[in-house]
Amino acid sequence: MAIPKVMGIETEYGISAPGLTDFNPVLSSSLLINTYAGSLRRIRWDYEQESPLRDARGFEPVQARETTEEDLGLANVILPNGARYYVDHAHPEYSTPECAGPRDLVVHDKAGERILERSLEEIQRILPPGQRLAIYKNNTDGKGNSYGCHENYLVDRATPFARIVRDLTPFFVSRQVFTGAGKIGAEGPRAQGSGVGYQLSQRADFFEAEVGLETTLKRPIINTRDEPHADPEKYRRLHCIIGDANMSEVATFLKVGTTAIVLKMIEDDFLPDLSLDQPVAALHDVSWDVTCRAQVRGANGRRISAIQLQWEYLDHAKKYVEAHDPTAANLEVLQRWEAVLTALEEDPLSLHRELDWVAKYRLLEAYRARDGLGWGDPKLRLIDLQYHDVRRDRGLYYKLAHGQMERVASDDEIEAAVMEPPEDTRAYFRGRCIDRYPGAIAAASWDSMIFDTGRDVLQRVPMREPLRGTRQHVQTLLEEAEDAATLVDRLQG
Amino acid sequence: MPQEQEQKRTQKKGGGGEADAGQVETTAKGEKLKDEMDEIMDEIDSVLEENAEEFIKSYVQKGGQ
Repeated sequence: MAIPKVMGIETEYGISAPGLTDFNPVLSSSLLINTYAGSLRRIRWDYEQESPLRDARGFEPVQARETTEEDLGLANVILPNGARYYVDHAHPEYSTPECAGPRDLVVHDKAGERILERSLEEIQRILPPGQRLAIYKNNTDGKGNSYGCHENYLVDRATPFARIVRDLTPFFVSRQVFTGAGKIGAEGPRAQGSGVGYQLSQRADFFEAEVGLETTLKRPIINTRDEPHADPEKYRRLHCIIGDANMSEVATFLKVGTTAIVLKMIEDDFLPDLSLDQPVAALHDVSWDVTCRAQVRGANGRRISAIQLQWEYLDHAKKYVEAHDPTAANLEVLQRWEAVLTALEEDPLSLHRELDWVAKYRLLEAYRARDGLGWGDPKLRLIDLQYHDVRRDRGLYYKLAHGQMERVASDDEIEAAVMEPPEDTRAYFRGRCIDRYPGAIAAASWDSMIFDTGRDVLQRVPMREPLRGTRQHVQTLLEEAEDAATLVDRLQG
Repeated sequence: MPQEQEQKRTQKKGGGGEADAGQVETTAKGEKLKDEMDEIMDEIDSVLEENAEEFIKSYVQKGGQ
């Protein structure tokens, strides 16, 4: 029987300092994150002026793990919403807290954008006049450099990895028709002479292998990284590196909602063999075809379009959900999935309210028509980039969003998720501990909290079950423990 | 399965008699769409970064996963 799909998204944001020639992205990312963390402390302090009963030590962001040489002292904080905000290579990266469903994950993914936006506002106060940073939630610089948006799903360790590869690969190749964030041109080894003006995915060009451990070169469709951040006997954390970073809430909802159902079907061995011949080439071919009609070849020799492949996954998913998992969340995923496939078949451009690649394509085509621009024009490339700007008064997604893009979450929910953890995963315990006992946390990670309660030894609280430590489990316990020492005693008692 | 979908598609395209009315509606919709896009482009023009060529040239991201 399939296990619940606890999930999260890690996004590496693009960062630049327009007009600055000696820009250091690593230090700038670190400063950006620390400035945000510092602002939380200030906000918390302000609260405390009004609530004298609260812990007077104030909020201290904590190291997510013990600092190694590799860290070079770069920013790495766990936030009160249970998320991790840190420097990864040369980018600011935001990992959402663990969520128990696709809708919650959309809310927390968007909360991440708001945190980056707020970080920009905060850092602006300390930068010299004329300097600024810009942040983009996309996956390419248009010059052959890509940065990731990784999805993580809790998967049963007992599921044979070969079956995951077999059943998930054709799904990943074909889901681009709704997950793509769109980009101008092609990059990578096959780009030369491809004649691609615009394609569905930001990321597809950078994939060169079917299965593998790499994430920065020779990227594989299925990544084999095996760090469960949970009980390793029971769980695998499937680390999916192929997705585009989405601005559209509908696209994120579908991306994680459909993938979660497909993974459940894989765990229950519910799917037939839908394997493709040459999946890497198929991935590019699907992304390069804005009509969504290109056919790829199945391992059994049949020719099939990405949309038809998605219909096959959807048909199995309907049967599966009806028989095994008829939750409201799953039914909403199926309904949106079907609506999007139906519209893609009739006219992909009709989905400009739902999908990033279509919204951007329609906008670019309007500019091409009005200003007579070719695909290589810098203005179009700027539009492609600025679509992903996280600032709501500058980002072109947000310019379209006002009344144009369909929403899944409300602004209020997203704003709340900037500070509040999800209630139905262990992120609740993590976030609430950060909020409640900031001075007593020596370290925090995905699967443990280490408390310094003033005793001789540090107290480690393991969190190896992603669905334990929920509000239901620990709210009363936390409310009754006025300090961390009491909490640890009760947990150990 | 693909056959079923083929039928679904054909059915949706059926219902011939209303072709003329549909045509008029499409044209009106097209005009509205154009006005709407013109308005959006005007708004976007006012927020686009200056000097697109230089801006795009200097946007380089190394070291991503």
